[in-house]
Amino acid sequence: MTDRGPVETERGRSSLRKQRRPGESLIRGFLFVCGAVSIAITVGIVYELGTESILFFQDERVTIFEFLTTTMWQPQVGGFGIWPLILGTMYISIIAMVVAIPIGLASAIYLSEYASRRVRSFFKPVLEVLVGIPTVVFGFFALTFMTPLLRSIFGTSVVGFFNVLSAGIVVGILVVPLISSLSEDALAAVPDSLRQAAYAMGASKFEVSTRIVVPAALSGIAASVVVAMSRAVGETMVVTLAAGASPRNFDLGQDSFFGYVLNPFQGAQAMTGYVAITASGDLSYNTIDYNSIFAIGLALFFMTLGLNSLSRRLVKRFRQAYE
Amino acid sequence: MTIEATERVSVDEHFPTDDEYKGLLNRRTRRARFFQAACLAALTIAVLALATLLYTIINDSFGLVAIVNQNDPAAIVADLGHNPSEVSLDAVPYDELVGLLEASVSSGVGRRLERDQRFYDDRLVFESDAVWTEICSSAEPPTGCTAGPRDQANVFALVQERVVMPDVIASYELVPSLLNPEGFTDQVTRGFEAGRFGEYTLEQTSIEWRAWFNPTFLRTPQNSIPEVAGIRTAILGSLWLVVITLLFAVPVGVGAAIYLVEYAKPTRLNDLIQTNINNLAGVPSIIYGMLGLAIFVRVLEPWTSGAIFTDGVPPAENGRTVVSAGLTLGLLTLPVVIISAQEALKSVPDSLRHAGLALGATRWQTVRSQILPVALPGLLTGTILAVARAIGETAPLILVGAASFITSDPTGPFSKFTALPIQIFQWTSFPQQEFHNIAAAASIALLVLLLTLNAVAVILRNRYSRRAE
Repeated sequence: MTDRGPVETERGRSSLRKQRRPGESLIRGFLFVCGAVSIAITVGIVYELGTESILFFQDERVTIFEFLTTTMWQPQVGGFGIWPLILGTMYISIIAMVVAIPIGLASAIYLSEYASRRVRSFFKPVLEVLVGIPTVVFGFFALTFMTPLLRSIFGTSVVGFFNVLSAGIVVGILVVPLISSLSEDALAAVPDSLRQAAYAMGASKFEVSTRIVVPAALSGIAASVVVAMSRAVGETMVVTLAAGASPRNFDLGQDSFFGYVLNPFQGAQAMTGYVAITASGDLSYNTIDYNSIFAIGLALFFMTLGLNSLSRRLVKRFRQAYE
Repeated sequence: MTIEATERVSVDEHFPTDDEYKGLLNRRTRRARFFQAACLAALTIAVLALATLLYTIINDSFGLVAIVNQNDPAAIVADLGHNPSEVSLDAVPYDELVGLLEASVSSGVGRRLERDQRFYDDRLVFESDAVWTEICSSAEPPTGCTAGPRDQANVFALVQERVVMPDVIASYELVPSLLNPEGFTDQVTRGFEAGRFGEYTLEQTSIEWRAWFNPTFLRTPQNSIPEVAGIRTAILGSLWLVVITLLFAVPVGVGAAIYLVEYAKPTRLNDLIQTNINNLAGVPSIIYGMLGLAIFVRVLEPWTSGAIFTDGVPPAENGRTVVSAGLTLGLLTLPVVIISAQEALKSVPDSLRHAGLALGATRWQTVRSQILPVALPGLLTGTILAVARAIGETAPLILVGAASFITSDPTGPFSKFTALPIQIFQWTSFPQQEFHNIAAAASIALLVLLLTLNAVAVILRNRYSRRAE
């Protein structure tokens, strides 16, 4: 009667045990390998950055101590202190955050608490388009619009052709959609019961937003800021094009702090900028230049990894509170 | 002391009068209105930033130019016996364009051009047959030995570069060109008076309208002279990259997503894979570039230069090829593909899985014939967004060594290449205004490509969500 019933074995007992299916296991194996590729990528990144960095520190011209403590980055004359590059990266990222946090957060509050459906359907796609624009186009924008604008406002003698401020503002614009969309998610996840309770007590929309919803979503918002910071630290093209190719070497005892070290109107090479500029020239293997970009890359990798883990921890705390 | 104390108490216990109450209420309302306006203003700033960015690009891509042609194209056309008012130089027959080149360039330059790419399949223009056979059988034959012949657009570009030799001495932006065209003439005249344009004279100079973004710009290969440079090489390079990126990232990414969503039990290893993918999505793109440089360009050089696939001469002298860059971008987009594919698979209702398994289908049969078809539009959307990401990436390409100056089209996975974002980067970093003009024009091309891809993604998403309802 049944074509494919339980298999009759020699002993006459039907075997209902799980059949072995080599094809199934093969496919499952293949899919697992696909998943494991991601692990291989991480291992590859850590291994390559690590081994090349070790080669870098084995060079007689470099010591880890000098790398981590001195403030001169001049590979041509053997100055290998990472701080000028970190200064460039952090300065640009902080300017970017000063621009992006108010704009991004206020946009998120408006979209989540105030905007009607129609207003949302206009602004959301605009922000999505902003996310999709390649960073090299933002670099072009920084160099041909923002820098001339700043130079015409503050004077060409004050503002250099390459400057940190222009790069920082444009990186800020670049990460606004990141902050606004992640913060909006966090705000939207705050339970409505909290809002309704506040309204019932006679609070205005403004009071509900600033005293109830934002504090409730604070760790989610903080996570979005940290993600944006990590993005700004890793941003390459804007920084390379607009902030120049010379590291801002400084000597804390001698250089004027606000006149030079923290002057926003002059250029300062960032970590990513150094890597991109060095790699775009003629780069031979096993030279100190080649190895140095991996050491910088390793530092960059740990900085962004740290920021991203921090952000995930913040999100987790937020989820635990409300889900 | 006592008076102060009673005052304080009286303030605290004071119930506001009508006027005071209205004042307080007004203040509250004002503050709320101000806050709402400030939030809207912030959102408007974001929109304005986008508008300004687009404005800057378009403004730089069109406008008036002051141009000096070493040889007037109309006169050249007339010399060839055509009517200049009917035939433009780019419509002149191929043979006559080659003839123009033959008459104008030195034999050394001509031979070099022919070695880059020949003019005819069946005959040689500048080289003799004997020398050609000799150099083509040498250890390192030039590209002309294997590549196909040039086409009309290519030869027209050469004629522009070598015969007409246009030199844009000044350019004006779009908006001032429209509002105040005389301002540009004044500026050019003043420039001549100040002696800024060297040996050129005002009489030689013509003020023309120029669209830097035009069909010829898209069809012409890269050139070191901005007036005749185009982005054909870069567009083809970008398309090659996308193909290789997709060939790697889509199968692996979708496979990984299927594993994680359909197969993986919450073991420690699978958790690790999931966390790791989330981490990878946050790694800066330039670090993927370093990985690509170290692995694909350096360690795997025999493969990526194509050396192990040929017995004799490798197709490329090093690993800085399309395939290296494509795989690097593949690694970069992999987390994006996996995460979006996971979303697509998770949105397939569990009832389909249960139904499939209950009918006795194996897990893979359920996935293949029940789940994947339903998840397909979502998978496609994610894929297209990954492509959009890959097409705009610049930093990793700089690291794996995209050649910024290359005039021949990429011919396969083992050829050297350049790509649109690299081209924009290079041109932006030159100080001359004309390079900024073509960088802007190339940006338009890149944005149009991206917007098209995004539009496709949106259409697919809409169709998908309608079906799911």
